[in-house]
Amino acid sequence: MKIIVCIKQVPERDAQVRIDSSGKWIEESDIQFAMNESDAYALEEALQLKEKHGGEVVILSAGPERAGTTIREALAKGADRAIQVESDNLNTLDALGVAQLLSAAAKQESPDLVLTGLQSDDMGYGQTGVIMAELMDLPHASLILNVEKTDSGITVKRELEEGWFQNIDLPLPAVLMIQSGGTKLRYATLMGIKKAKTKELSKVSAADFGASDAPGAPAAPAATLEKITQPPKQKSTQIIPGSPKEAAATLVEKLKFEVRII
Amino acid sequence: MSGIYVVLEDRNGRFGRISLEAIAAANILAAQSGTKPTAIVIGAQTESLAAEAATKNVGKIVRIEHPLLSPYTPDGFTAALQQFIAAESPDFIVFPHTYQVRDYAPALAARLGRVLIGDVTQISDGPVFVRSLMQGRLSGSYKSTGSPTLISVQSGAFRAEEAQSAPAEITTFTPNLEASHIRTKPGEPFRGTAQTVDLGSAPMIVAVGRGIREEGNLSLVQDLAASLGAEVAASRPICDNGWLPIERQVGSSGQTVAPKLYLAVGISGAIQHLVGMKGSQCIVAINKDPEAPIFEVADYGIVGDLFEVVPALTEALKSARQ
Ligand SMILES: Cc1cc2nc3c(=O)[nH]c(=O)nc-3n(C[C@H](O)[C@H](O)[C@H](O)COP(=O)(O)OP(=O)(O)OC[C@H]3O[C@@H](n4cnc5c(N)ncnc54)[C@H](O)[C@@H]3O)c2cc1C
Ligand SMILES: Nc1ncnc2c1ncn2[C@@H]1O[C@H](COP(=O)(O)O)[C@@H](O)[C@H]1O
Repeated sequence: MKIIVCIKQVPERDAQVRIDSSGKWIEESDIQFAMNESDAYALEEALQLKEKHGGEVVILSAGPERAGTTIREALAKGADRAIQVESDNLNTLDALGVAQLLSAAAKQESPDLVLTGLQSDDMGYGQTGVIMAELMDLPHASLILNVEKTDSGITVKRELEEGWFQNIDLPLPAVLMIQSGGTKLRYATLMGIKKAKTKELSKVSAADFGASDAPGAPAAPAATLEKITQPPKQKSTQIIPGSPKEAAATLVEKLKFEVRII
Repeated sequence: MSGIYVVLEDRNGRFGRISLEAIAAANILAAQSGTKPTAIVIGAQTESLAAEAATKNVGKIVRIEHPLLSPYTPDGFTAALQQFIAAESPDFIVFPHTYQVRDYAPALAARLGRVLIGDVTQISDGPVFVRSLMQGRLSGSYKSTGSPTLISVQSGAFRAEEAQSAPAEITTFTPNLEASHIRTKPGEPFRGTAQTVDLGSAPMIVAVGRGIREEGNLSLVQDLAASLGAEVAASRPICDNGWLPIERQVGSSGQTVAPKLYLAVGISGAIQHLVGMKGSQCIVAINKDPEAPIFEVADYGIVGDLFEVVPALTEALKSARQ
């Protein structure tokens, strides 16, 4: 099986994000970046499928130069090669625009399976894989925890709300959006990190794919991000001051006399 | 102006609360043009759903009905709604942000050359649509350029509409679907493993998140829970890592709880977690980040390092109980 895994580099979880001077994006200079969480699970699923059935795992990532470190991390974990769609202004595109870039690159590879994460930790659209399926004219399923190969295609386990699940049969090729938690993640080995340095990373510029070449593409984004703000504060939380010891003592008092629970 | 539509979702023959919230959001948009939204019910048998929708605050109901629309498949729903939209040219289509909508609405939007503005929490004049960025740490204001505008609304963000008296008119739209267009074969829904803890009835819960860093540190919160007589619960990453069983997960894909006391330790407060616990009577959050969204729902907060605060709290509770 030839599997494409879409991996996005996003601000690290604990990064202190600040709004930049344009008011439309965050200050990128002072934060660290990491692999999007559900993408790590998509990669793991792909590597396990390859181990069982053979084939190739190709990383596809759109982003600026810095995304290269995350791509190398994926290669170190065992992916075979990578394609980077270089773009410095992804945040000015909408989910359709990004999906157009990714699907244009993915189509050229004629994969059997395309895996994306469920949701990016920065934009949080939760859409890119579903849109890619539409643009590539492939069947899809989202919120997937597990993938099994069958004679006629694949069977996937889909998470439903409130603790329910469902299995779905799909023919190949197909696009899946992978939810986190379906399997255990591996770490990159020293050997893997060494090997990753020599693996192929081909770069294409976003301009080469000219989003407008894609079928039915709008010239401009269908939705524009006008401004970014701090979320409004709705609730007045009583922040308990003092050293850990003092704060703990005060909280116990409050639980006793204000909340009356202990 | 061809109007505002709201797609309602069938939950075992009825509408979930989030569908009623979507009607409320559609009414905010409709109010700007002095109209009422049209509700769409979609499936293989929509008669009783349409009757239920007719009692809600909507102008009209459309039943999009076809045998191939049950069970749900993204191909079936996308094709049926795309045909309906082509016939009606709506300006706005509002969806509840459910797992099902996440699964097909982005494809529907793309087929229309549009994009879904998903998980909207607020609608203001313009219209401007607000949604979370960076896991709830920032808000983004979006505008739609062109038509139709597709949005989905976050669970709990809009106050569910109450019933109206005069029932709305119901019409039917029959899409043109063929079995060969439906490429996926969904199986029957099934439950995960049997539950052995009932978090729902626990009066006190100590919930732990990724701030705990390592499995070996869990004993810190287990001791705290023991000193309170509380159950231990967790955010999703803790269960994803296998550090606690999934039955202890709180949130949209776990349990919904409403204890007297919910003590969140090292949990950031992502929306998928909040929906599972924000109904708690008293929420206490311990987090080192003063900007963490969990403080939005907390009654009491301690901003600090959990590795210092939690042991101190366990001690203070033990001596208070003596
Ligand atoms: C479809 C879908 C369904 C989901 N379902 C669920 C669900 O049911 N339940 C759920 O919980 N999540 C769910 N999620 C995941 C959710 O979006 C978040 O990723 C998750 O809740 C984050 O967990 P967390 O708060 O433990 O981790 P993080 O977001 O990583 O937060 C860790 C927090 O710990 C704090 N911290 C770190 N170190 C310390 C320290 N030393 N002292 C004090 N504080 C510290 C940090 O400031 C941070 O706020 C779902 C996601 C999706 C897309
Ligand atoms: N720039 C990108 N490069 C590679 N993959 C991406 C990119 N943006 C989104 N994706 C993939 O699409 C998934 C969903 O992203 P989103 O729709 O932004 O929530 C992510 O988890 C990634 O797998």
